[in-house]
Amino acid sequence: MDKSIFKNPFFKANPITVLVLGICSALAVTVQLKGACVMALSVTVVTGFSSMLVSSIRNSIPNRVRIIVQLVIVAMFVILVDELLKAYAYDVSKQLSVYIGLIITNCIIMGRIEAFALGKKPFPSLVDGLANGMGYGMVLVIIAFIRELFGSGTLFGLQIIPQGWYMANGGFYENNGLVILPPMALIIVGGIIWVQRAIQKELQEE
Amino acid sequence: MKLNTNSNIYTIFYTTLLVVIVAGVLAFASTALKPKQQENIALEKMQSLLRTARLGEHASAQENKSEHIKALYSMHMTNDFVLNHEGKVIEGEAFEIDLKAQYNIIKQIAAAKTPEAAQALREQLQLPVFVCTIGEKVLNIFPCYGAGLWGPVWGYIAVEDDFETIYGAVFDHKGETPGLGAEIAHPSFYNRFVGKKLSKEGVFKSISIVKGGGQADNPNGVDAISGGTITSQSLEQAIAMWLNEYQPYFNIKRAAIGSDTCCGDEFCGEAHNNDQNGKEPCNGEGCGRKNENRNPEGHEHQTK
Repeated sequence: MDKSIFKNPFFKANPITVLVLGICSALAVTVQLKGACVMALSVTVVTGFSSMLVSSIRNSIPNRVRIIVQLVIVAMFVILVDELLKAYAYDVSKQLSVYIGLIITNCIIMGRIEAFALGKKPFPSLVDGLANGMGYGMVLVIIAFIRELFGSGTLFGLQIIPQGWYMANGGFYENNGLVILPPMALIIVGGIIWVQRAIQKELQEE
Repeated sequence: MKLNTNSNIYTIFYTTLLVVIVAGVLAFASTALKPKQQENIALEKMQSLLRTARLGEHASAQENKSEHIKALYSMHMTNDFVLNHEGKVIEGEAFEIDLKAQYNIIKQIAAAKTPEAAQALREQLQLPVFVCTIGEKVLNIFPCYGAGLWGPVWGYIAVEDDFETIYGAVFDHKGETPGLGAEIAHPSFYNRFVGKKLSKEGVFKSISIVKGGGQADNPNGVDAISGGTITSQSLEQAIAMWLNEYQPYFNIKRAAIGSDTCCGDEFCGEAHNNDQNGKEPCNGEGCGRKNENRNPEGHEHQTK
């Protein structure tokens, strides 16, 4: 199997920074690292398994209703993930609230199924789905790291910026309120895209 | 023979089969996971109630979180009961009361056109009260529930036995904006309520949540959340609305403190149905039901 199926989604064809898919949730769930990690994991599981399942029944799907069939399959995995989180990771599931359910609207999943899984064998589809989920998750974690550190002074809920630095305690530091708001996430995404294109010259348009 | 996957019959058959299979899988998952999910919800409620009394704050760090919370709960939550609109104890299981249904009744009371209609609605109210005992301290915990910006917000407020001072509060929400309105569920917000007063010059006054309202010399206000104005206002309304319905009970208890016949010294803490018989502890309804669970050694578990 071609190794690039696994490698591309991380850099060359990253869903967020190159394909610009899944931006919406990247803005919504990246206030805290913990939420971003669970979201990344959930999306990875859903893209991976729905790609595999669609790929394994791809020859039997009636062409006229293929989008709705894909949607039903994706929805099934999303609901399963949601129910599992509610049962075994209740705190996180509450924190992510509606965004788990909204994974179904994440363009990455339908995009990968349409572009890849419908034409390839199940195993490469699974790898492609998982890799795309991880590529998405990687960007999510980078954004959440920046936002949680500068917005709340914590990482995974642990205080990183010393309490004594804060103005309230007589220091010089204040958390940046803008970083918590979604617009800043978009600016960070822009920054990541800039850095990536500066490194990978072949991505630069003429 | 090769199937024609584009024929109408095939399409209908295929989609029907697919939907039935998916529905089956989901129904199975939902049924299998339901008990676990409901346990989580009950556990969360227990934890919220304990947190108002500033207990179990480190529960998440415990190895067995659910056991830890259950143990603390049975140790400290010595009683619970349901009140009617007059502040009298009625039949019912306080833990099982659906706050949303009560909220709808309270909302209808406010919107009722005639006083009679409001009174008829008021008689349907079932108001839960939880009693928490920490050593000599008896706390009454009252719930609140209201509509936030995106979904419901709710919480519990623990009031000391002077029925005036707030000992602690906890709030939660369904889907407020993370980082903004969602901050109401964070200790840095709800700990602002500690020590605030629910009265001004002897008259009931709820807590106002306003910008710059949290000065130490203002006993009736706390600071709102910047960027979470609507959530702050909704929460303020919810607290005022609910505590207002509890006022008959507050008045009964305050009167009892005044006449010095309350058995508060014995940290009985239940409602007396207004019929205190002298100093005998636990003479009210529903009292003693849970008191045997109380473990005196548990007092060392108080949090600092």
